Amino acid sequence: MSKNILVSYIIAAVGIFIVWYFIAMIFSVAMIPSPILVLQTLIDIFFSDIAIHAFYSLIRIIAGLFLAIVIGYPLGLAMGYFKKCDRFLSPLVYLTYPIPKISLLPIVMLLLGVGEFAKILMIFLIIVFQVVIAVRDGIREIPKETFYPLISLGASFKNFFVYVLWPAVLPKFLTAIRVAMATAISVLFFTETFGTKYGMGYFIMDAWLRVNYLEMYAGIIALSYIGLFIFGLIDFIEHITCRWQKRR
Amino acid sequence: MKNNSLVIQDVSLSYDNGKILAIENISFSVSADTVCVIIGPSGSGKSTLLRTIAGIEKNFDGNIFLGREKLSPKNKKIGFVPQNYGLYPWRTVEENILIGVKIKSKINDDIILKMNSIMESLGIFDFRHRFPGELSGGQQQRVSLARAFLLNADLLLMDEPFSALDAITREETQNIFLSLWKKNKLITILVTHDVDEALYLGKTIIVLSKKGRIWEILNNPFFGNREEIYNKNFIDMRARIREHIQKAGADI
Repeated sequence: MSKNILVSYIIAAVGIFIVWYFIAMIFSVAMIPSPILVLQTLIDIFFSDIAIHAFYSLIRIIAGLFLAIVIGYPLGLAMGYFKKCDRFLSPLVYLTYPIPKISLLPIVMLLLGVGEFAKILMIFLIIVFQVVIAVRDGIREIPKETFYPLISLGASFKNFFVYVLWPAVLPKFLTAIRVAMATAISVLFFTETFGTKYGMGYFIMDAWLRVNYLEMYAGIIALSYIGLFIFGLIDFIEHITCRWQKRR
Repeated sequence: MKNNSLVIQDVSLSYDNGKILAIENISFSVSADTVCVIIGPSGSGKSTLLRTIAGIEKNFDGNIFLGREKLSPKNKKIGFVPQNYGLYPWRTVEENILIGVKIKSKINDDIILKMNSIMESLGIFDFRHRFPGELSGGQQQRVSLARAFLLNADLLLMDEPFSALDAITREETQNIFLSLWKKNKLITILVTHDVDEALYLGKTIIVLSKKGRIWEILNNPFFGNREEIYNKNFIDMRARIREHIQKAGADI
């Protein structure tokens, strides 16, 4: 099955490149180079130039994601499980959730400067709300009957968590991360155009300013592969941990 | 220790700060090695009573003893089989069966052997690595029974366990339950709305009224006996219970 998926991905990638190739041929301008040249550039400069930028971007995403899970998951759990907690925190979440996080960038930069932490914080802010809401709603949707056999066994909260809360919420939780990730990567790109000499955002904008379109396109492809890698990783985790869902 | 009886004393429970009385002054006792069936019209509080005994409803008045001790999920082993079988879709059949033992004690080789023999006898051994969602209702119910009996519980509580099954599977599963129960006798309370099920599985039959009170407690001579369905006494008793439930429904 995984082989089929791989084949279909390769076909899609080749398809995109063919369309791109013809567009480049028809317009024949420097702004749209041939994908063959771009791939050649990517291969040539990946380890020498791009890899370090990709590494920085990936680390920032992972750090932001990690922080969002460590803080968001327990918060969502508490809000979903304890009604009082929800009554107290829900207004806070709903008042802050609709703010486009990118608009907080100036404030974050004013308070924290343009360093690493500001970038990680932006990613954190985007993902954390999705996590909180997904976990809270996931827990709320569990029918209370699900707990009955455990209650009559005198189960502890740890038992509830292991047998019900964690597995019941996991698919929703992973979906939330998947959805938030797309926004997180685009905001990361934006933050990397300030105050850093590393990261895919810096690399792409720098290539643009140097009018080196081949490198710019190579950077865009590398950035999209980072996204693909992260999505693939989330799918893989879901495949392993939510086996029960696939076979239903 | 297991030869103690279950004693329910003046148990009442209300919802919405006492506005809605779900069950009122329920008192009865179930002696050891007995299946007690609770039957009654819908809304009579059958399931509420069962949940109260199971320790799920905590704010009730009255006392529930098992032997000399107050019954509590912490100090006794209570197996609870809900109407939807209470299996966890994210756990395999085997893991589902082991949940009770894992929470109450430790898993050892004896438990695994016993589990395998129960699974064999229920015809679910081949499904042990599958997930509940891949099984039919009857198979899921057998997994649920395997969990309840592997636990070696002090008390088994079942809330309309067979009502979601089709007629043929239901009869088959009732037979499986009874043969398992005869091998591992324990105090069992089974809630149902099916008179035939009550007559087949209940040594004692408690009829609840619509207002959550005990209407009548009957001794059932036809317990575990399906051959007597043309016996006049059986037909009479069945008609009597039906009539009782109708009256109890009106609570007149």
